[in-house]
Amino acid sequence: MINAISKAFNFAKKESRPALLTYTVAGDNTKKNSLKILKAISKYADICEVGFPHNTPIADGGQIQTSSFRAIKNGTKIKDVFKIVKDFKLSKFSKPVILMGYFNMVLQYGQNKFLNDCKKNKIDGLIIVDLPWPENKKFANECKKKSISFVQLISPTTSKHRLNSIIKESHNMIYYISMLSTTGGKLKVSPKKIILNYKKIKRIDPKKKCVIGFGITEKSISKLKTADGLVVGSAICKEITSSLNNGQNPVTKVSNMVKKLKNKIL
Amino acid sequence: MKLKKKISVIDQHDKLGFWGGKFGGNFVPETLKKPISDLEILFNKLKKDRKFLSERDKYFKNWVGAPTRFIKLNNLTEYVGGAEIWSKVVSDANGGAHKIYNATVHCLLAKKSGKKIICGDTGAGYAGKMLSMAAKKFGLKCKIFMGAKDIERQQPNVKAIKSNGAEIVPVYSGSQTLVDAVSECMRFWVANCDTTAMCVGSTVGPNIFVKICGWSTSQISRELKIQILEQFGKIPKRLKLYNCVGGGSSSFGFWNEFMDYDKKQVEFIGVEAGGPSKSKKHAAPLTYGSKIGILHGAAQYVNQNSEGQIEETKSISAGLDYPGVSPLHCFLKDTKRARYTAASDEDALKAFKIVSKYESIRPSLEPSHAFSVAISEAKKLSKNTIVIVNSCGDAYKDRKILKKKLGVKL
Repeated sequence: MINAISKAFNFAKKESRPALLTYTVAGDNTKKNSLKILKAISKYADICEVGFPHNTPIADGGQIQTSSFRAIKNGTKIKDVFKIVKDFKLSKFSKPVILMGYFNMVLQYGQNKFLNDCKKNKIDGLIIVDLPWPENKKFANECKKKSISFVQLISPTTSKHRLNSIIKESHNMIYYISMLSTTGGKLKVSPKKIILNYKKIKRIDPKKKCVIGFGITEKSISKLKTADGLVVGSAICKEITSSLNNGQNPVTKVSNMVKKLKNKIL
Repeated sequence: MKLKKKISVIDQHDKLGFWGGKFGGNFVPETLKKPISDLEILFNKLKKDRKFLSERDKYFKNWVGAPTRFIKLNNLTEYVGGAEIWSKVVSDANGGAHKIYNATVHCLLAKKSGKKIICGDTGAGYAGKMLSMAAKKFGLKCKIFMGAKDIERQQPNVKAIKSNGAEIVPVYSGSQTLVDAVSECMRFWVANCDTTAMCVGSTVGPNIFVKICGWSTSQISRELKIQILEQFGKIPKRLKLYNCVGGGSSSFGFWNEFMDYDKKQVEFIGVEAGGPSKSKKHAAPLTYGSKIGILHGAAQYVNQNSEGQIEETKSISAGLDYPGVSPLHCFLKDTKRARYTAASDEDALKAFKIVSKYESIRPSLEPSHAFSVAISEAKKLSKNTIVIVNSCGDAYKDRKILKKKLGVKL
């Protein structure tokens, strides 16, 4: 499966660096600002993960919960998420977009309708946090039919047997969760250990692109440079929160932060 | 969708963990797949292990205090003037509610798995109190997640949890009630599943937690069946079992042993929390026809908006104040084995007043919901109908609310 996501990885590889993936919640802190943030950070990011907010998230830490809560409070609905991505895709520096969220939202929207709207709005990939393998087999297949990458997650607890099956059935991108944590936890495993686990995944299928996420900040990002891609999410959400608390512009603050992150992996 | 006979309902799910092909399952982050599968393997082995069963029975008998009483409510029967009204006084159990069965089993499992810490959620505080008691008994460290609103309204249980040496983690997100406590507890488990066991406080959550809880609370109907046979010599021709339903752990346990009887003979009536009579908010997804959605790892009927955001609930009873309901009850509803209805806050308070006036038991606000419907239906039933209400919790924990609403001092 080759789509814009694969191309983004190839581009980063040519520059001998990991791809930088950002995660922001659609509608945070406002619908307008979240689009502005996407446009601003896309100068530095290679792939943008965009969260569709859910109010009962079982895998998100405080920072992303706060962002999601803000987005829901200001009335962000799935149709707004699609609209934001659509507008982003029309902009000059648009990047591949992966939507990320919880399965109940997809279910209530209607699985087919959701995938059709993803296709229509040029969404390149999907991460459904609470739809693990093998439960996701059918849905992942439907994604594939529409050339949307369904991103499989792998965690330090994933057994060897599962690891083989998941990698085999994954599309072009795999997401390795760095440690046992909700999103945004403090990195409690050494970068060395994380890279070791990452390499185990790569050995099974070197062609599939594997990104590392959870707990990555400005401090730790350079130590994980050998990966195909690195995801920063909670740190960005935290930056939005703190800029709001300090009366600063979240768009500039986040944009500066992502620029710094990019510089650390060059 | 059909209920099978001679197979325990908890085992009537498919390979992916769904009852009736659509309720339950395992909608969990990848990180939890392994600890869940470890727990499945352990539980499936131990539930067939005679030594483990006798260990469980020993603790149930000597520590929990099995069997709890099965008594006729003579005065209430006379007052109502219809069917005979009985009660299974499950609040006799050590700690004052049915939550002790699930807590005990989870601690036994945690010990067998070598975990040193156990975490759990609580609404009314009973699940937390019992888990803290059992953890203390079995030498486990214990962490209880509880909504800030529930901490405020269920102080006696909060004190009990603390006195058992457990740590209470207040949850300030969302509605600050049970739903948020369960979410936070699951998040904690995601981050600590290598060292910590999790006890979900009701028949909700990923498939295995539904099963363990239902298996544990079924002690109630095992006892009841024996007590009924001793009392009546047979299962009465018209038997009606009333139980409140929040997550659904006490009701499932109260009914399980009678599952194979025809519903014309043994009818199950589940009473959900209708909330304040003037409010649109409620905690009765089965009664008011909520759509299927995913909450806390399982597909179930759940209060949600058209987007799939889980809706806030409202109920005077913290233990029933939950937007979803056990997949087991969704299955029993759709197979028409059980009938579900709701009682309002006001109905529950009125029932508490009546029951505590005529009888020496004092059901907490949760079973007061069941008493409310049982009393109003018993009036219209024949004298040879046997109505049994599970008084699954004691009202002491509600004394602040009861004082405020009814001026009652406990």
